[in-house]
Amino acid sequence: MLYSNCWNWETGTRLVANTGNWKAKFEWVEEPNVSPDGEKIAAIVKIGKGEFNVCVNGKIWGNHFDRIWHTRFGPAGRLTALVSQKGKWTVAVDGNAWKNSFDYVWNTIFSPNGENIAATIRQDSQYGVVVNDESWEKMFYDINNLTISPDGKRTAAVVQTVAFRKGDIFKFQEGCYTAAPDGKAWDRNFVNVWGLAFSPNSKKLAAEVRTSLYDYTVAVDGALWQDTFSCVWAPVFSPDNKAVAAPVRVADKWTLAENGKQTWDRKFFQLWGQIYSPDGSKLAAIVAPKFGKWTIAVDGHPWITTFSDLITDVVFSPDGNSVAAAGRDKGRWTIVVDDQSWKDTYDMAWQPVFSPDSRNVAAKVGKKEYYTIVINGKPWKHYCEALWNPVFSPNGNKVLIRAIENGKYYRRVLPITKI
Amino acid sequence: MAQSVKKPEKKFVDIGLDEGAARLTTDMIQQVISRVLKGETSAYLKAYVDTCVSCGLCSEACHYYLSHDKDPYYAPVVKVKQTIWEILKKKGKVSPEFIKKASEIAQTECDLCRRCAMYCPFGIDVADIILIVRWICYMLGVTPQYIQDIANSYSVTMNQMWIKEDEWINSLQQQEDEAQNEIATLRIPIEKEGADIMYSVISPRPEFRAQFIYKTAVIMDTAGVNWTMPATPGPDNSDMTMYTGDNEIMGRVKKTHFETAMRLKVKKILMSECDSIYDVGNKWLGWKWYPIEIVNSIEFYYELLRDGKISIAKKFEEPVTLHDPCNVDKGSALYKMARYLINATCKEFVEMHPNREHSYCCCAGAGVINCGPHWKMKQMHGSKIKARQLAATHVETVIAPCHSCYGGLEDVIRHYKLGMNVRFLSDILYECIEKPRVVIDV
Ligand code: SF4
Ligand code: SF4
Repeated sequence: MLYSNCWNWETGTRLVANTGNWKAKFEWVEEPNVSPDGEKIAAIVKIGKGEFNVCVNGKIWGNHFDRIWHTRFGPAGRLTALVSQKGKWTVAVDGNAWKNSFDYVWNTIFSPNGENIAATIRQDSQYGVVVNDESWEKMFYDINNLTISPDGKRTAAVVQTVAFRKGDIFKFQEGCYTAAPDGKAWDRNFVNVWGLAFSPNSKKLAAEVRTSLYDYTVAVDGALWQDTFSCVWAPVFSPDNKAVAAPVRVADKWTLAENGKQTWDRKFFQLWGQIYSPDGSKLAAIVAPKFGKWTIAVDGHPWITTFSDLITDVVFSPDGNSVAAAGRDKGRWTIVVDDQSWKDTYDMAWQPVFSPDSRNVAAKVGKKEYYTIVINGKPWKHYCEALWNPVFSPNGNKVLIRAIENGKYYRRVLPITKI
Repeated sequence: MAQSVKKPEKKFVDIGLDEGAARLTTDMIQQVISRVLKGETSAYLKAYVDTCVSCGLCSEACHYYLSHDKDPYYAPVVKVKQTIWEILKKKGKVSPEFIKKASEIAQTECDLCRRCAMYCPFGIDVADIILIVRWICYMLGVTPQYIQDIANSYSVTMNQMWIKEDEWINSLQQQEDEAQNEIATLRIPIEKEGADIMYSVISPRPEFRAQFIYKTAVIMDTAGVNWTMPATPGPDNSDMTMYTGDNEIMGRVKKTHFETAMRLKVKKILMSECDSIYDVGNKWLGWKWYPIEIVNSIEFYYELLRDGKISIAKKFEEPVTLHDPCNVDKGSALYKMARYLINATCKEFVEMHPNREHSYCCCAGAGVINCGPHWKMKQMHGSKIKARQLAATHVETVIAPCHSCYGGLEDVIRHYKLGMNVRFLSDILYECIEKPRVVIDV
């Protein structure tokens, strides 16, 4: 929503690029990416032996690279790629490679406003993070779980601070891993650390930690919850920054804990993917009330609708009154909103999107080799070769559809009543 | 049946067992055992004890028993008697030394091949009981060093060989380079959201047996499959922590694996040649079966050939035999499909005997191979019957549609100087199929 105010919301269809022609122009064309506003479509192209480029709306970048992968548009529409030149790797933003290069770079992430770009790096067998072309001062033996704060000013990752020989199972148990916000390791190590989460004000960092082979808990800025559990899953912060919620396993069942104390009185066979409503008054999570039955629980109360296979991509409406998710039942996907499944089923369904006024839900779905958009269960009668998630206009009356049809990429803005 | 005789193998030093047991007291042991043996587990074991009549019919099934000239020490029921039976009898009051021995038996004298379950008139599955023994020993911190190290690797990297994220992606890119020497347009599509298939593998170290990825890529490319491989942790379809009893990491590995498939919005996961049919991890998480369909490579290749997506250009000249992995779903159609593929691609196929669900285990998979070099001789002695079986085929090429079996068979062949070589099904297909140039679509 951040930038969508400034996008062109004039109703109509515009041909942006004849992507079908690209394969005649280039030796090799990879699967394209589209900018959030739908104005740009980009794909990695091979232009000669060992020479790669990125084609954006039919034009290639000024610089070639020996290899390119992982093109991604950030929220503000900047296009990044991981590029290699003479065996060194870096990030290129809109075609310009960063000055610093490394032995390897991967996992590009963006701040929510798209201004800050971070990635993990390897240099001289040491691991760290690069943010906007500046590396963390300290490097580590290994790195994973890179994350960026909501204000985009901080990064954190799980790092290995103690080296151990392969097979040194006792050293491993002493704890060789920790979290490193801004590249500064917490002063305590753990057997394992996963699932990092910054607080909405970007000041605090939480993580799921394993304190021995058998004990799991949550750490906030390195301080542990009082109790340990036989297992935990990734924590999240409440919107007011005061609470951290994480699924915990107690007596072979799962429940939700906030700040270390059980907050739901109900227990489940499984529970994960918890999210707070935007005002923080509600908590929803994916739960299995029984073995092999999946649904959503809001504030501990499971829905009646269950799915045999899975539920994923849970989202709260902006007003916090509705919850939607994608689910799969007996091999077929659908969207479920407030305990009601859409009547159609699909081969695949993507994360549902609420309109800013919370009144409508749209989702990208796939049937056979085609994709379309469905709004409130009603399909758009267009079958596209490629499609990206729909975006509602700020007033919620229109929807932006970014789609490839018959080898051509179109940017469409439609009144939702036209679907 | 004959009484248990001796412990014929020489003692080995394994810090996982020795140091682990040295930290225990009988009180600690009793506490942990009473925590593990409750509810369903306790009822299951009670049913076992009440059902087993110690007839010993399961003995003839066990490759350890057969490889050791029918020494009763290696009879499946004796393994149970020496471990869980004793634990139940003594209500958990057993010594650290006992736990060390129980761990050794459970990890290095039973490979969880489930062959004995087919021979028991009551269908008792000794492998399930041995898994409980492994679980108890893990909870007590007495697990062989190498397999515990594998479990530690999973907890950090979600794969079994300590492959870091950059090494994983880099090795895919190297494999792509290698494949492009042959097919210039060939890609290993990394992180392609919405592909039909996510190819999941037992992550190889870049320098170790990684070539199967490019060979599979050539097959995929030739067949025009819309596929991808993830750049994040979660490509690994193996989950050896289920064999150590570390259920929490087992669940975490499986959760990461399936969530990776969900994130990439793929319709199916193609499992590389691997016999891990154990659906333990997903069940621990609450998924009755796999939440995203998993296709075994044998079936996948079979369908490609049956449906004309790949065709055979030439046949493999040498006579070949086939090792049927133990945990290919016993009695499933996969046995037939593997033979269809071999007959279509090879000039001469010689069956190993016994075969299909009765094939002898190679001591890999869930077995002693994972316990590392300390236990190599135990692995070799336990594989004697497998070596005999291989030798009796008088062929030089054995096809093993499983990564673990591949390694296990290589060890057996080397030790017993059988002069054979091991191939994956994908190796054979790669050599034999017609490889047209494929245009990549936008
Ligand atoms: S599962 Fe296999 S290795 Fe274990 S006792 Fe039975 S036959 Fe022997
Ligand atoms: S497990 Fe079955 S076959 Fe083996 S001794 Fe017991 S009853 Fe007999």
